Amino acid sequence: MKKIGADILIECLKEQGVTTVFGYPGGTVLDIYDALYRDGTIEHVITSHEQGAAHAADGWARVTGKTGVVIATSGPGATNLVTGIATAYMDSVPLVAITGNVGANFLGRDSFQEIDIFGVTLPITKHNYIVKDVNELAGVVREAFRIANSGRRGPVLIDILKNVQSAEADYEPQKPLPARRKSVPARDLEAVAKALAAAQRPLIMAGGGVIASEASKELVALAEKLDAPVVSTLMGLGAFPASHPLFMGMMGMHGTATAAKLCLESDCIVALGARFSDRVALNRDKFAQGKTVIHIDIDEAELDKNVTATYKVLGDIKEALSTLIPMLKEKKRPFSETAKKYRAEEKAKDTAPELGHRILIEAAKAAPKDVIVVTDVGQHQMWTAQYFPIEKPRTLCTSGGLGTMGYGLGAAIGAAKATGKHVVLVTGDGCFNMNLNELSTAVTEELPITILLMNNHALGMVRQWQKLFYGNRFSQTNVRKKTDYVKFAESFGATGLVIEKDEDIVPALTTAFALNTPVVVDCRISNDENVLPMIKPGATYDTIITNWEEK
Amino acid sequence: MNQYTISALVSNKSGVLVRVAALFARRGYNIESLSVCKTENDTLSRMTIVLNGDDYILGQMMKQMDKLIDVKKIQQVEEDAVCRELLLAKVKTDASTRSQILEISQIFRAKVVDVSPEATILELTGKPSKLDGFVTMLMPYGVMELARTGVTAIGRGKSCIKDETDYKEKI
Repeated sequence: MKKIGADILIECLKEQGVTTVFGYPGGTVLDIYDALYRDGTIEHVITSHEQGAAHAADGWARVTGKTGVVIATSGPGATNLVTGIATAYMDSVPLVAITGNVGANFLGRDSFQEIDIFGVTLPITKHNYIVKDVNELAGVVREAFRIANSGRRGPVLIDILKNVQSAEADYEPQKPLPARRKSVPARDLEAVAKALAAAQRPLIMAGGGVIASEASKELVALAEKLDAPVVSTLMGLGAFPASHPLFMGMMGMHGTATAAKLCLESDCIVALGARFSDRVALNRDKFAQGKTVIHIDIDEAELDKNVTATYKVLGDIKEALSTLIPMLKEKKRPFSETAKKYRAEEKAKDTAPELGHRILIEAAKAAPKDVIVVTDVGQHQMWTAQYFPIEKPRTLCTSGGLGTMGYGLGAAIGAAKATGKHVVLVTGDGCFNMNLNELSTAVTEELPITILLMNNHALGMVRQWQKLFYGNRFSQTNVRKKTDYVKFAESFGATGLVIEKDEDIVPALTTAFALNTPVVVDCRISNDENVLPMIKPGATYDTIITNWEEK
Repeated sequence: MNQYTISALVSNKSGVLVRVAALFARRGYNIESLSVCKTENDTLSRMTIVLNGDDYILGQMMKQMDKLIDVKKIQQVEEDAVCRELLLAKVKTDASTRSQILEISQIFRAKVVDVSPEATILELTGKPSKLDGFVTMLMPYGVMELARTGVTAIGRGKSCIKDETDYKEKI
């Protein structure tokens, strides 16, 4: 049957099971918005800014595992998506970004709101398209969804010329193509099984890939069978239950001291869907020196990229672990007892010295069981990783790779919209100010988002580095804004609360979590709080700083 | 520093070259030459890339390129493969030097494709090292303009780049 391009796009989105899209209308997507209006079955969430929409689609994708969709107009609409697309790219989040562009008649003539978004997004998308022929549109949209959600997931951008949206073509409905998922050859895993049987002190390092491949159950089974402690990257939090006795916390620059010790003492590191980034391996040459490294990843380019692995397995982690686990013999290892002892000692010593820590500990207790945690980037993000136990996969959204300040509120909107569950957004005053315009979106959509605004009147993480490396010269990191965040929240139609001291914590959190609407909790903390432990960039794990005086 | 030659079959559509070039620029790969041409299949082009680097860079570049959706097959060209490059050189010529230049051309089996009172254009096909030698010999006479296509290569025997598996199918 004949349809215009805009209608074909909507039909193709429905084929893929898309129920909600985020976006912002404009001149070159008028036909698409008209098609959305006439169709009426896809919910559209309009944000204050396209960046917020991109982050919302990202948050949606992270909590559901499905592909998020964002729509923006040409020119500035498209360029405003860039940070959101790059955030999704760095964290392997499946996203389809749809932009309009000027008609073929105007293309390449520097027309109003014309920008080469295809060129701009080349290095930050898994793939991208510019659609100049309506007959190609359906095929492109279907392929885009398949690419976004196959292999190592990632964002795909489709730029559609305005004249394509109104031109007619034949459309035949099609079932979505299955995501590519091929099993791992068993012989690759037999060698791994042998190496694991020989390992005295195996340590499992879980990355975001475990969550992406829905392999949490298999990860638990592997850890229990090997009796191996598990550490996690920031992206891997939630892949392994935080309350499990074998869980030793986050690893890396601000990981637990236990994780650092275990990395040093283990003789075999099993990296699952992790890429040994500079924030995890720190010193990539020395990180695994003298150890057996088993690396399972779906992206061949990650194997041997940062750390050379002894055993490399290319493929889906769920598939790989399902094959590997039956090859292993259950074995108790003294190393796990050592690990548990280290962890217990570390926990006993941790007094949660900062108000920010104590707010997060209480928030974890007060929050509904199925709460979704979203963070921005900086000190509060690391405190959340350390003090807010993440029990289940897809219940933490955080910008790990790109480190996007301003990511949180948009992502919280997407996560709340997708799940209907209560979302706790932990942010800082620096990050919050980047995209606080989206509070209006959260209010309009009546979303249950509790915002813990760690207000230290500082760009805390940068300030911490200035303390460590720049002789306390606090260049531009003391935030002198005079914003009254309670009044601000109220003026946007949200609720504003304050935490100034320990006694305020429980009452404020109880009120906030009971409300089921957007609440901004202005947590007035000291500007001098630190994130510890810390391993300096490029340093080895034995140089971990656990006490500020040791720096 | 080693030199490696890589062949790739890529989609024959606009934007593919910029994708590959952008990847090299972003990852900081040092490319010696890049040539793109048509193939026996209308939907595919063939890229031949000469890369300077080490085994790590070679491995990373092949894997990263393989991830590009438009790169269908990729393989390292073996050392004994047939590698050829075409050269056109415009050499300053006068009556006194013409015969010497023609003599050099004969030794290298180059073709004279244009003659004028003050210049000669020579065409030579061969391995890059042969072309380098030819240019060295011509230099003293004055090379006014030089154009080289970059290496194009094909493996010996019956195995074909088409037989390679596509990374996108592998996962």
